Amino acid sequence: MSVLIAVITLSSIAGLFGLVLGYSAIRFRVQGDPVADKIDAILPQTQCGQCSFAGCRPYAEAIAKGEADINRCPPGGTATMLALADLLGVEPKPLAEEHTGEPIKTVVYIDEQTCIGCTLCIQACPVDAILGAAKQMHTVIESECTGCNLCIPPCPVDCIHIMPVKVQPETWRWPLPEHPPGTAPRVSAL
Amino acid sequence: MTQLSSFHGGLHLAGHKTLSTSQPIATLPIPARLVIPLNQHIGAAGELLVAVGDHVLKGQALTKPVGYVSASVHATSSGTISDIGEYPLPHPSGLSARCVVIDTDGKDEWLPHQGEPSYRLLHAAEIRNRVRHAGVVGLGGATFPTSVKMNPAGQIIDTLIINGAECEPYITCDDMLMRERAKEVILGADILLHALGTAHCIIAIEDNKPDAIAALRAALKAAADDTQLGDIAVIAVPTLYPTGGEKQLIKVLTGKEVPSHGLPAEIGLVMQNVATAAAVYRAICCGEPLISRVVTVTGEAVAHPQNLEVRIGTPISQLIEHCGGYLPANPLPLSARADGSPSPQKGAGRPVSQGDTLIMANRLIMGGPMMGFALQSDELPVTKGCNCLLIQNVPAASAAMPCIRCGECVTVCPASLLPQQLYWHASSKNFDQVQDYHLFDCIECGCCSQVCPSHIPLVQYFRFAKTEIWHQETEKRKADHARVRHDFRSERLEREKREREEALRKKKELLAQKAAAETTSGEDDPKKAAIAAAMERVKAKKEQSESAADSAPGKNA
Amino acid sequence: MRFNTATSPHTTPATSVDQVMRKVLIALIPGTAACAWFFGWGVLINIGIACVVAVLCEAAMLYARGKAIKPYLMDNSALVTACLLALALPQLAPWWLTAIATFFAIVFAKHLYGGLGFNPFNPAMVGYVVVMISFPREMTQWLPPLLLQTHVDLGFIDTLRLIFTSTPPPGLVWDSITMATPLDITKTQLNLQFSIQDIHADRNHGPLFGNLGGIGWEWINGLFLAGGIWMMWHRIIDWRIPAGLLGMLVLLSNSFALYDYASYPPPTFELFSGGIMLGAFFIATDPVTASTTPKGRWLFGAGIGFFIFVIRTWGSYPDGIAFAVLLMNMSVPLLDYYTMPRAYGHKWSELPGEDKHQDPKQP
Repeated sequence: MSVLIAVITLSSIAGLFGLVLGYSAIRFRVQGDPVADKIDAILPQTQCGQCSFAGCRPYAEAIAKGEADINRCPPGGTATMLALADLLGVEPKPLAEEHTGEPIKTVVYIDEQTCIGCTLCIQACPVDAILGAAKQMHTVIESECTGCNLCIPPCPVDCIHIMPVKVQPETWRWPLPEHPPGTAPRVSAL
Repeated sequence: MTQLSSFHGGLHLAGHKTLSTSQPIATLPIPARLVIPLNQHIGAAGELLVAVGDHVLKGQALTKPVGYVSASVHATSSGTISDIGEYPLPHPSGLSARCVVIDTDGKDEWLPHQGEPSYRLLHAAEIRNRVRHAGVVGLGGATFPTSVKMNPAGQIIDTLIINGAECEPYITCDDMLMRERAKEVILGADILLHALGTAHCIIAIEDNKPDAIAALRAALKAAADDTQLGDIAVIAVPTLYPTGGEKQLIKVLTGKEVPSHGLPAEIGLVMQNVATAAAVYRAICCGEPLISRVVTVTGEAVAHPQNLEVRIGTPISQLIEHCGGYLPANPLPLSARADGSPSPQKGAGRPVSQGDTLIMANRLIMGGPMMGFALQSDELPVTKGCNCLLIQNVPAASAAMPCIRCGECVTVCPASLLPQQLYWHASSKNFDQVQDYHLFDCIECGCCSQVCPSHIPLVQYFRFAKTEIWHQETEKRKADHARVRHDFRSERLEREKREREEALRKKKELLAQKAAAETTSGEDDPKKAAIAAAMERVKAKKEQSESAADSAPGKNA
Repeated sequence: MRFNTATSPHTTPATSVDQVMRKVLIALIPGTAACAWFFGWGVLINIGIACVVAVLCEAAMLYARGKAIKPYLMDNSALVTACLLALALPQLAPWWLTAIATFFAIVFAKHLYGGLGFNPFNPAMVGYVVVMISFPREMTQWLPPLLLQTHVDLGFIDTLRLIFTSTPPPGLVWDSITMATPLDITKTQLNLQFSIQDIHADRNHGPLFGNLGGIGWEWINGLFLAGGIWMMWHRIIDWRIPAGLLGMLVLLSNSFALYDYASYPPPTFELFSGGIMLGAFFIATDPVTASTTPKGRWLFGAGIGFFIFVIRTWGSYPDGIAFAVLLMNMSVPLLDYYTMPRAYGHKWSELPGEDKHQDPKQP
């Protein structure tokens, strides 16, 4: 008899918790994938596809599922990689050798003399930053360009060129002092 | 009448002010070439009104303000525009920006202009508009467009404070201006009172400038006899660096604190510099735009320190030349100098060679010794924000030692911050933490660096952190924008694909119906049907290409 | 013409670390002189040994850590640590005791934590506690003050021999040279149920107690106090830490002496015995290991005062400055965090992390 009571009690407790959990799962259901959203918020949104995914969002989802490494975003550079490692609580992984420095921000511009108005670049641009129509000269809206360079390969006349974003006095950043305290090199001091 | 309060910290610094106050303000001759930067204020640059080759008159507008926070820039002498392009600016970065270059004709011919001496007849909005088009900006160094600060924007402004504290060592341009043009300052203050709809005005001056205080009090009395003035009082405040800081002066005068991330207007106050008040007077009563300002040329390494009235755009080298040039590396006995300030030779830094002669100066500073920035060259133009040029021999900084947490920086910080903690987090690029310790309440006064026994360039760490955080915010905004644009585009492509499929499906149905109808009517003319189908195809293709052309950005965006 | 650029302020700094440390050393001179006057050559020999060992250890550690040797050796911080440590040790401590204490102070307490500016614990006190716990017998080799030395007259050579070979001069034994400190005697006699008044009036131990504290100790403490006030005048140290420390000590000792004057010594005795003034003005005020906020400094000083009183009264050691300082060193991060001053324009002092970030204003 006592065994039966124990069985019934435990089963009913289990059933109750099951119901509560089941209800919570429906009631507090999280729409979308919050981790992927957070990852996406860190990525630089150049939509360049250098990570081999078709844009930042798919890459974010792949990282969230554990299908992609965190070190595949060259435009984000080491800073983005570290932020991702911090968010996901994983070990930082160095980027490929050629991308380890601070990424240089670039935009593209169209050499308007050479452009034949083929619209191929317009179709390639992930953020609709190129303006133009068939047989009309195209131009890049500089403020919208993310520097993904996806428009360069389709261009049949190679009229799209990369240029670094110019630093203005207003956007200039103070550098860190050259010799942080306590790191005076031994040679110069002795 | 006012019970003065005090702010936390601060430093008593040697003034070195008498160095440049022995002579009246001199006017610099017209330079052969003026380089006038198009953006000399905080906010958007104006829209260019002139072209290369144009002949311009003195006082003619070169740009017209665009947007709310903006101000004009004017030709500061008559001549021909020889170039509009990128020239180096007096800026810590040494970067270039767009400038208008005027080859002067020496006639200094004014554009016809007219002021309104009875300014009380003008509406506040009209005064603001005139000030905006006269290009008046904050001349204390912040260069914030004055017209914006003259707009109470629904807030009730209880007191206008005219800042004549001039707390930084060496700088005397406001002092000399108050001594010589006290009436302009008083009337300018009255115009600002009228425009703001404010009753009270305090002109605050540090008590180390008794001449300026006396001159202003006399002018106030004389002006009050002449015209109906608002309630203006001249108040001497104790000399303590950085009393001239906006927040610090407000605390001293009213005992109130400007809320963090807020503006003085939130506590019913507006502050303007004395030189700004004088410029407002000129703009309204004389109709003259802001084309020149008083600049202090001083320091231990210049021959004749003095104050000069300088046209905006004049190369700095001409100012120094007018002041007798740089002192040679082996200077004259200092007893001959007005100030008798100690020779900077002890522990002096390496001098700079100028051709074959060595000069004593190794640093050219725009602004004062505490907050000014070092210039790369003297071939840069004077701008509206240039209050002082300090020519010094500053010994090379010794290597920074680690912070020993002595807390002197905490003691002197006028914003009651913990600079040693800010430094700790800024140097490790811990940008969240550094904001927790109120980085953005730092006014970069330099007190902490001055007292640091470890010689840590604290202010540079704070500036680094501030600009880096701004940069990250900008990048974040850009990334968010790019995400929206990308999502929008993906959605549009999806929609177009759907629409195409829909159209194709409908067409197929139509064809099927037709075919069915034709089979019922008999297979009399298969050729006709084929032609019709081909026509359909062409039409569909045309539609498709049109919709592709429609999909170009801008139309859909 | 082109010029060098540098960040503001464009001024010569007002002071430097080596100047601060040098002023601390200068402020130590009167008190040290008094020590030497009352306790003989041993004080100076100890300081010498400690300084040599400290500089050698410092140089070796700097070399091992790949740091610039010259600027760090020139900052005098190792000398300050050495002097404070030597002043805290007994005058006839054998040379190896001083050397071990200094070695621990510089190598373990200072450099293994990252060197100047990074050590959480006061190096001198760490060195002191290490030898205090490891060599309790040697740590009691205190000399009676000069005025009591009727039967011993130790010259420079005798003292040197004592320190380096531990052999007393002919005709003398250790016990006849050394004697317990006033604090020691007070403690042991109190445990034997004597009253304070009896102990201090009892001449069996010789004329040990003066008007304020122990004979000689009064002068030493007074002169360290003078040195401390001179440092405050020169803004080398902040007044809040000594004020908090001494204030708390006086408050506690006064309350307890009022409650039971026979079992608890009066505040004057507490203040002018042992190393209180040295501790309050020179050890507790070590900037690296003390709190940096104004309120935090009050609490830091008061905490040390509290622990000194507790250890002296109920602990098993006669003096508790070293332990009190180390205990409060541990709480410094917490103190700093919770005593952040109210910044200009803020309504109250938000703790770091509580301030909700607003968009930074970009000019």
